[in-house]
Amino acid sequence: MKIKAAAALCGLIAGTLAGCERPPVDTSQIGYRGLGMEQVTNPRLQEQVQGANQAPPPLPPVDAVGPLAKDIYKNVPVLGDLTVPEFTRLMLAITQWVAPPERSCSYCHEGTDLASDALYQKVVSRRMIEMTRHINAQWKPHVADTGVTCFTCHRGQAVPANLWFADSGPVMESRYLGNRAAQNAPADSVGLASLPHDPATPLLGAPEQDHIRVVSKTSLPVDNRTSIKQTELTYGLMMDISQSLGVNCTYCHNSRSFAEWDGSTPQRAVAWHVLRMVRDVNANYLTPLAQTFPAERLGPHGDVGKVNCSTCHRGLAKPLNGVSMLADYPELGSDRKPPNVAQLSPEARR
Amino acid sequence: MAEYQNFFTRVQVRAPVYAGVPSPEGIWPRSGRGFFSHWLGKLGDAQVGPIYLGWTGIASLICGFIAIEIIGLNMWASVGWDPIQFARQLPWLALEPPAPENGLNFPRMNEGGWWLMAGFFLTSSIILWWVRMYRRARALKLGTHVAWAFASAIWLYLVLGFIRPLLMGSWGEAVPFGIFPHLDWTAAFSIRYGNLFYNPFHMLSIAFLYGSTLLFAMHGATILAVSRYGGDREIEQIIDRGTAGERAALFWRWTMGFNATVESIHRWAWWFAVLCPLAGGIGILLTGTVVDNWYLWAVKHGVAPMYPSAFPPVVDPATSSVTPP
Repeated sequence: MKIKAAAALCGLIAGTLAGCERPPVDTSQIGYRGLGMEQVTNPRLQEQVQGANQAPPPLPPVDAVGPLAKDIYKNVPVLGDLTVPEFTRLMLAITQWVAPPERSCSYCHEGTDLASDALYQKVVSRRMIEMTRHINAQWKPHVADTGVTCFTCHRGQAVPANLWFADSGPVMESRYLGNRAAQNAPADSVGLASLPHDPATPLLGAPEQDHIRVVSKTSLPVDNRTSIKQTELTYGLMMDISQSLGVNCTYCHNSRSFAEWDGSTPQRAVAWHVLRMVRDVNANYLTPLAQTFPAERLGPHGDVGKVNCSTCHRGLAKPLNGVSMLADYPELGSDRKPPNVAQLSPEARR
Repeated sequence: MAEYQNFFTRVQVRAPVYAGVPSPEGIWPRSGRGFFSHWLGKLGDAQVGPIYLGWTGIASLICGFIAIEIIGLNMWASVGWDPIQFARQLPWLALEPPAPENGLNFPRMNEGGWWLMAGFFLTSSIILWWVRMYRRARALKLGTHVAWAFASAIWLYLVLGFIRPLLMGSWGEAVPFGIFPHLDWTAAFSIRYGNLFYNPFHMLSIAFLYGSTLLFAMHGATILAVSRYGGDREIEQIIDRGTAGERAALFWRWTMGFNATVESIHRWAWWFAVLCPLAGGIGILLTGTVVDNWYLWAVKHGVAPMYPSAFPPVVDPATSSVTPP
């Protein structure tokens, strides 16, 4: 009897602890003492995440000499200013980064006519190259000189793993009762909290959706009528950001006042820019592709897969451990000047 | 006597079932004859019953049952009537109050109407139970201390679910019925109003909450420690302080220079317990109605200290002149 009770107790304790993260857990202080400004990391898990986020070795560099792609190939409106060697190298890189190995070039190019736009993949990838250049040129406050390449999102997959679609939650069985109010389901998107499970659609879908700030700027009530439910959307989005980057709230915020900028860490400004960047990318590059994608690539509400923090970050504060692949592929960058044909050797100019 | 020198209850006093003093009202007799339970005797008195429900008790149970049914059936419906998913997801499930746009109107049943109904029946149940407690205390010619302590908890409940939403003009301000959902609501509430820890009534409430546990531990430990001298006969010790009371008092004077009396410790405990939800309710009531950002309020009134900056100054990018593309 006593042995059974002891075994049951041990089982209960083991079962309860099974939900916990196995130690060791490191805590590092990042702010002034006594304010709880610290980051909690698990080195064992951190190592796994870092291992899963390795940049591939770059293809051997080529000299930026030779005729321009637009002069040799047909239908290259975006990459026409690359020299043929650069163009070929980038095509090879994109094939490695994005195309399924068994499809290779034919994933985007139909048959032997490489100029054909018959496959939607080619139309999408052209727009995605424009998007990559736009991000590298216009969103330096977020991506800095590290920049992004196709691989930052794709990681060798045709469809990036972490995209989001509009999600109205589990189907409601009854019209008369059991309304979940788009929350109260253990959703990965909000760290398994009972918070609204799709904070991205109202907060990250389009540039005008700047309703993240819920806290009043004045101590006494003036005109802020933001509800608790609206606050839960912001809270859910912040959970998503925290998970996507593998960081605590205190990576950006001084938790004694989430709203105050004075006392926040510099990372918060970086994150501020990305929220705008993500809206820009979603509204101007991804959403307009809804007609281009076939139906099986669209979400249950007919929307395209859109980006959020986890699309690039994948559990790390710096995607790919901070390695700049853009440095090896400046063709995807913003500062790229078309090669000065006049300075090239006669052979190259030919 | 040695039986008391244990952390756990060892003594079970058994006597013939005692029906209690005659009920002066005599309208509603006590039901059942009472019986003994060895296992309940481990926790408290081994005698169970007879019980007095009365019409307030019965009405309260019915209202409570209706409220739990509304909440539970809505939760069950939300997982498509799947009993396994109901059990699995129960901590996440909730019955949500109406959306903020709805204001104080009565919404469609599946958009908050059920929440209002559940709230009505739960509140009715709680208040009827309060009336029952008050009237049972009076019937036994007792003071009504228990009823007023309960009233303090009801005050906090009413502020959260009724009075504050009324003042804010929206049922959407109220708390959902659900395990995790009400906790997430609490965190969101603190975030929305600039950190509730800077709300002085929240501070007081925490002090009384932790103080209650401290007092409970000190008092329980003291009485157990002196029970070998008859200190567990507390009511007698109040007016006829024997060696148990003297030793208990001396112990605390030796260790902290001051002691409560056998009577006053119970007033300490009662007030700490009562002031916890009382102060908390005031704090919630002021939030959003009178104060909108407790952190800024605390800065303005010198409550929140300033700390040296560990980072280069961070400026809100929204206020800078750089326009994003």
